Amino acid sequence: MKLRRDPFQAIADPTRRAILVLLATQSMTAGAIAKNFDVARPTISKHMQVLQECELIEGSQEGREITYTIKAENMKAIDQWLEQFRKIWEDRFSQLDNLFITMKKEKK
Amino acid sequence: MNANLQFDFIVDKENSVLTVIREFAAEPQMVWDAYTKKELLEKWFAPRPWTAKTGHMDFREGGHWLYAMCGPDGEEHWARMDYQSITPITEYIAQDLFCDAEGNPNTALPQSEWKVEFKPTTEGNTVAHNTIKYNSLADLEVVLKMGMQEGLTMTLEQLDELLGTMKNK
Repeated sequence: MKLRRDPFQAIADPTRRAILVLLATQSMTAGAIAKNFDVARPTISKHMQVLQECELIEGSQEGREITYTIKAENMKAIDQWLEQFRKIWEDRFSQLDNLFITMKKEKK
Repeated sequence: MNANLQFDFIVDKENSVLTVIREFAAEPQMVWDAYTKKELLEKWFAPRPWTAKTGHMDFREGGHWLYAMCGPDGEEHWARMDYQSITPITEYIAQDLFCDAEGNPNTALPQSEWKVEFKPTTEGNTVAHNTIKYNSLADLEVVLKMGMQEGLTMTLEQLDELLGTMKNK
């Protein structure tokens, strides 16, 4: 059985977010990614594993190294989810617009 | 929704900060009142079909608004807006946290810091800058799961229709 995790679990951690930022512009090997962080290599490997399980990145074996690439379409799911939040605010503020119309009428 | 009024929704994923900028066709005093008086807050703060109700309101530094988001099926989610700093008609900073009906904080649920600034425009309108900082983006999902999704089932078209009928009254 394939283990599938929630993408929000992936982005809950600052190191994993930083890894995604690095991968947003280019594909990188695990070694090259690790060089950007002041933490032990196994810790980075663990983060890479979580990101992979959440299907936000994918790795391909090239010789002895694994090269990681961001999965743009799955990052999009996060954007779509954020879009819902935007709608909540739009709704809230439409109600507020309406309230101002009422308040102005009462003032007259 | 009025297309002429500015609306910006910016998500800073790196820092888990939401910035919502919105212009209102009202003067700063009126917008300030809508954000700081319970009887006005109750009229807009909950996204439909949810409604907001007040348990307690003490708008001053160190005071708080104890409020509930009430769902269409009678469910209630209590929360508190703790006011930390207030500059009348200009800005306030508050901590938003979940609690029980008596106001006892529930530390297991996400908290967020709100900074709301009000700026007058040359046309006599007001631009409100809402900056909301969460500990993580995952926290935002918890907030959504508290039941607010139902508010989203209403499409924007339906909303416009509703606002149209309300204005005609």
